Amino acid sequence: MADPMKIRANVVGDSTEVKVLMSHEMETGQRKDAQGKVIPAWHIQSVAATWNGKTVLTAQWGPAVSKNPFLSFKFKGGAKGDKVQITWVDNKGDKRTDEAVIG
Amino acid sequence: MDGNRRKILKTGGGMTLLSLVAAAGWLRPGDVLAADWNKAAFEAKTMDETMKAFGGSTPAQSKDITFTATPDIAENGAVVPIGVSSSIPKTESIAILIEKNPNMLAAEFDIPPGTDAAISTRVKMGQSSNVYALVKADGKYYVASKEIKVTLGGCGG
Repeated sequence: MADPMKIRANVVGDSTEVKVLMSHEMETGQRKDAQGKVIPAWHIQSVAATWNGKTVLTAQWGPAVSKNPFLSFKFKGGAKGDKVQITWVDNKGDKRTDEAVIG
Repeated sequence: MDGNRRKILKTGGGMTLLSLVAAAGWLRPGDVLAADWNKAAFEAKTMDETMKAFGGSTPAQSKDITFTATPDIAENGAVVPIGVSSSIPKTESIAILIEKNPNMLAAEFDIPPGTDAAISTRVKMGQSSNVYALVKADGKYYVASKEIKVTLGGCGG
């Protein structure tokens, strides 16, 4: 299981701004190791964000997203104390869900 | 005796919670997501191939798509911050494409109603290249581009 994400969600005006830092290797599948063998690709494929059970963002990622990916977005609504949940799934089927309280 | 009973209670309780979680479908979104990954789009090497994988036609140039917090010169190609904001009404999705990367498509975001059509993330760039922000709005595709110079590539070993 991968390390937890760092999620910050703050109310800005009538919206909520969410910033996420995920912990993932994001191996491209282009690099070679010392023996000249290609290191297989290993990256997050999909990301989903929900607020109170409602989907506020979904994304599909390729290996070109940086190691330990950063993501920021904003959605209308959200109040202090509400919960924002982020889930990612990688190409090996590993997944992780973390939750943050809007502050 | 008493301690044992506590333990049984605890185990039983834990199992019930897990099955409840599964029953409520909280574990499901991830499984659905993995199957949705658009393999063809991510393996496409050109703009035309990518558009074909998305099922769209040639995108129209648009001034309503802007790059936010995106540098002109990136010192480290492994971490290039890219922000895309679209003021086109009914923006449904935003994709980031990097022309000279081995596969053009880096990331694609679906914007449900109520979410601002503005996202930012970080990508890898092998070398200096044009970066495209592809926006789907009301079924049509729009594009804007920006050249980013990379001092140190992010795809080498």
